[in-house]
Amino acid sequence: MADVAVERQLGHAEFEPSLFQTYSNKIGMWLFILSDSLTFGALLFAYSYGRISNPTWPTPFHSGSIVNATVMTAFLLTSSLTMVLAVSASSFGKRKAAIGWLLATMFCGIMFVVLHVREWIGLINEGMTPSKNPWGAPQFGGTFFTLTGLHMLHVTIGVVVLGVMVLRSMGKKFSSNDIETSGLYWHFVDLVWMFIFPLVYLMSTRIV
Amino acid sequence: MSNDALTGTTVALEHRGHSHTPFYIVWGVLLAITAVEVLLAYERLQPVRMLSILLGLSIVKAALIILWFMHMKYELTRMRRLMMISLCVCLALMCVFFADAFRILNLGVK
Repeated sequence: MADVAVERQLGHAEFEPSLFQTYSNKIGMWLFILSDSLTFGALLFAYSYGRISNPTWPTPFHSGSIVNATVMTAFLLTSSLTMVLAVSASSFGKRKAAIGWLLATMFCGIMFVVLHVREWIGLINEGMTPSKNPWGAPQFGGTFFTLTGLHMLHVTIGVVVLGVMVLRSMGKKFSSNDIETSGLYWHFVDLVWMFIFPLVYLMSTRIV
Repeated sequence: MSNDALTGTTVALEHRGHSHTPFYIVWGVLLAITAVEVLLAYERLQPVRMLSILLGLSIVKAALIILWFMHMKYELTRMRRLMMISLCVCLALMCVFFADAFRILNLGVK
């Protein structure tokens, strides 16, 4: 209906200019990010509620785990820097530089996932499952694996998307808009970790 | 010129005049805040105080990422306000647990 009205006013088939004066992919990605924030917010709320309301909440993360998680955080933060440099390079049409920065971002993302899987394996070997753990409140495993697992899934999807961007950039489908949109997603994944790291890891340390 | 190329030019203009230095500075600040958070983990702070400090630092880090890395700083004011208010409301939902945190505090449970 609104489109018809606009068509009549303008005299030919055109849509209204974007409210935010930017392309629709970017607005779509921002809306996705907002909805995904709710998902992670709810999970963090569930984890935090369990953490605070349960006096026997486990504190399984010793000094080694914290060092591992800190390195993971550093990789993710560095990947955000390389991503923003990829976006910048692509906006100037510097295809090779953009591909290089995208590959660097992928490398950091893969390192994050590798370190995270290594940490998961360590916890599983210590007897932790989604339904039980040797340290205390049984719901710790479920909330931990759900929260960090969903985040790890996001990182993995991000690496795949960036891989697609690299392949497209090598061909004839180089698009700075697409790289910027995928960059928004990548930074969001980084942003979420900025809350998971302190709430899940640093609040559950057992440093002696 | 295609639509993609046109908006691509807009993206380029956003970056033009902005050197990469702010991005490196933001990255350094984010790493520094992370280091402070980790150091706090080695201090035996009271849990509620620790949680408050960590959440405060996380919000600062999130703001830096959104403004500079996600380029929200360069977007239109109306987009900035609409998106950020929505996002802040989403994140503020987590504060619901503070009520329970105070209950735990009053009960004296660690």
